[in-house]
Amino acid sequence: METKRIVFVGVGGQGNLLASRLLGEACLSAGIPAVVSEIHGMAQRGGIVESAVVMGASSPIVSTGEADILIGFEPSETLRAFNKCNKNTVVITNIHPLPPFTVAIGQGVYPDIDKALDLIRDNVSLLITLDGDELAAKAGNPLSLNMVMLGALVGSKIIPLDEDILKETISKTTKQAFLESNLKAFDFGVAASKVG
Amino acid sequence: MHKLLIDSPDEEMLLLGNDAIARGAIEAGIAIATCYPGTPSSEIPDNFFAMFREGGFYFEYSTNEKVALEVAAGAAISGIRSMCTMKHVGMNVASDTLMTLAYLGVNAGMVIINADDPLMFSSQNEQDNRYYARLSGLPMMEPINAQEMKDMTVAAFDLSEQLKLPVVLRTTTRLNHMRGMVKFGQIRQIKSKGFFKKDPFHYVALPAVSRNLHKVLLEKYDQALELSENSEYNQIIGNGKWGIVTNGVSMDYVQDAVKDLEISDEVTILRLGFSYPMPENMIVKFLTNVEKVLVVEELEPVMENDIRSIAQAKEIVVPIKGKEKGLFSRLYEFDPGMVRRTIASYFGVPDTSPKAVDVTGIPDLPGRPPNLCAGCPHRAMYYAIKQVYGPDAVHPSDIGCYTLGILPPLKMADIVICMGASVGTSCGISKATDQKVVSFIGDSTFFHAGIPALINAVHNNHKFTLVILDNGTTAMTGNQPHPGVDTAPMGVDTTQISIESLVRGCGVEHVQVVNPMQIKKGVAAAQASKDFDGISVIISKELCPLYARVIKKAKKVRPFYVNQDKCKQHLDCINLLACPAMYIDDGKTMINEVLCIGCTVCAQVCPENAILPLKKSA
Repeated sequence: METKRIVFVGVGGQGNLLASRLLGEACLSAGIPAVVSEIHGMAQRGGIVESAVVMGASSPIVSTGEADILIGFEPSETLRAFNKCNKNTVVITNIHPLPPFTVAIGQGVYPDIDKALDLIRDNVSLLITLDGDELAAKAGNPLSLNMVMLGALVGSKIIPLDEDILKETISKTTKQAFLESNLKAFDFGVAASKVG
Repeated sequence: MHKLLIDSPDEEMLLLGNDAIARGAIEAGIAIATCYPGTPSSEIPDNFFAMFREGGFYFEYSTNEKVALEVAAGAAISGIRSMCTMKHVGMNVASDTLMTLAYLGVNAGMVIINADDPLMFSSQNEQDNRYYARLSGLPMMEPINAQEMKDMTVAAFDLSEQLKLPVVLRTTTRLNHMRGMVKFGQIRQIKSKGFFKKDPFHYVALPAVSRNLHKVLLEKYDQALELSENSEYNQIIGNGKWGIVTNGVSMDYVQDAVKDLEISDEVTILRLGFSYPMPENMIVKFLTNVEKVLVVEELEPVMENDIRSIAQAKEIVVPIKGKEKGLFSRLYEFDPGMVRRTIASYFGVPDTSPKAVDVTGIPDLPGRPPNLCAGCPHRAMYYAIKQVYGPDAVHPSDIGCYTLGILPPLKMADIVICMGASVGTSCGISKATDQKVVSFIGDSTFFHAGIPALINAVHNNHKFTLVILDNGTTAMTGNQPHPGVDTAPMGVDTTQISIESLVRGCGVEHVQVVNPMQIKKGVAAAQASKDFDGISVIISKELCPLYARVIKKAKKVRPFYVNQDKCKQHLDCINLLACPAMYIDDGKTMINEVLCIGCTVCAQVCPENAILPLKKSA
């Protein structure tokens, strides 16, 4: 099959690792060979979290300029990971900012996101933006941002996996109490990326 | 049932590399597993901890890697299969035992999992532990994906039993933390009881005994070499004129690069999975059929140097390159693009890599370093020490979450080397200078390697203050228990050891135990330590809030807010504490209600009493 290299970036606590794992599980169900990579340990204490799903190849990580799809859970982190992209990359990003603490103590300035998004739009094949946090809250669980982002990925139709197989995977792995809101969040994500 | 215990041989699962190793141990009928946790190895023992009762084997979190290795060795010498897991720097701690254990050998399979960390995602150095195989004479195996991490673990047990030697399985972070498909195999029955057969002239490493044992070890090397020549994990793939030698995760990058560059007909790959001893005959066969060779290995030129020396001995003249300017670096980890580009340039084929976007227009982004969590008790203790000692005291620190105190505005880590070194370096710095020394060590780290140094400090009359940051868990690696933890809530029968009694037992007379969340008490303890002329210890005791949530001992969360009428913008809360729940919005100091756990520390620090608990919602 054609290789698809998908990079997920976000901030510790946003559920990025679960999203990449679920995508990997869905690949397993669909019979698509895939490897997933994660970073654990020190990197998780409120820092940047990056994971990747690579379909149809052996290497579990994605080099600079080689992402087919970049999924950003936080806009400034999407910008930080922009060097993973090339002109054919599809970027899907949450636009809800989560400024790092360094901004509060005056050690950095949070960027003008709209301007930066324009720059991304001009340099890749497609940019899909959504307010993932708002959609997650609307679904009834602010922690379901990762489901929104997964939904947006599937809704964009750029990977060979359909909504049903992802929903089945989510249903198998989610606690009953969160299942309804997670599936709702996923659907909101699908709808958002279809419109975008 | 734990998913890794499922006894259906054809089950396929997407497993983390570390899960796959744990499954391999189950299939191999492991009877005893030991470890000291450390990224990137920690999920292996965490799996064991979650399933050892159900799985019918014994598991323990040992005090440190050396002890863990000795427990596993004692079991394997007594005839039952054992595994010991550690991160690469843990091997340094265990190495005293390792070197002579290689002389003694084992009677049942013993596998040592050694997880290297190229690029240092979560480590203080990126040493290449393939040298430990060469230093100790123990066989080494290196998997390339999740399936092999499982399969090779089983194979390593069999190899160990065949050679009567422990076998080292070496991984790197990318393998430990990758997920891939794993097809399960049969579970072998556990032999859980052994017998220690006395044989002092084999097991007591006196000089006269060891002279013979070293000879035995070299004979085993010859046997291992023969097995390496015929191992299914050492393969020559293809028959092209360009030779590539590789190991571990680099094999994945090489396979993808050869596919992407469409050069599979031109290339011969020598993949070394049973990587020590190196299969000399196979290497000779490989070298005689290629025109030039590129060695693709992360970190040190280990295979490159060995292969060169084999070529020299066999008088084979062929260019062998790897670590040099323009090719591969000894620094950090590799990635698929880097390997593809280097292969393309070395063999002179067009590079098909996509061109990265131009990022010059991207504005400077604010850093997002990892930080102490909201409500972390370490922050409160750091604040108290800083209030009393000011900015000039020297702060040796140690390995754990609290190392994050290095960041401004706390700046509470001045020197960190390795587990336990905070205490030893404090002795040297306080002796060499007139500066005040206040050092920090975590509870688990204190048990691991801090105690001998503290005894040294007492015995040799050193003068400094050691703060033991006792948060009741091994937090950084994922909340594993340690000897100071009551494991009864986890349903495990261990004996809890009091840090205070231990410290007093080491001979420290000035010992204070404080709850750091009560700032005034923390400050008073810091002042008392400063006024005391000698070695003093402060035990700063408060549960890690993340762990408290896990064991359901978390206090009810009542977040705080900043009363804007009272706030006079001193910014002490922001500038002195740097809690990630606090931020400034439009010139106003604010608290993120979702992140705040109501620890009250900022409220105690605020000079205007402007930080107050949110009223309970009706």
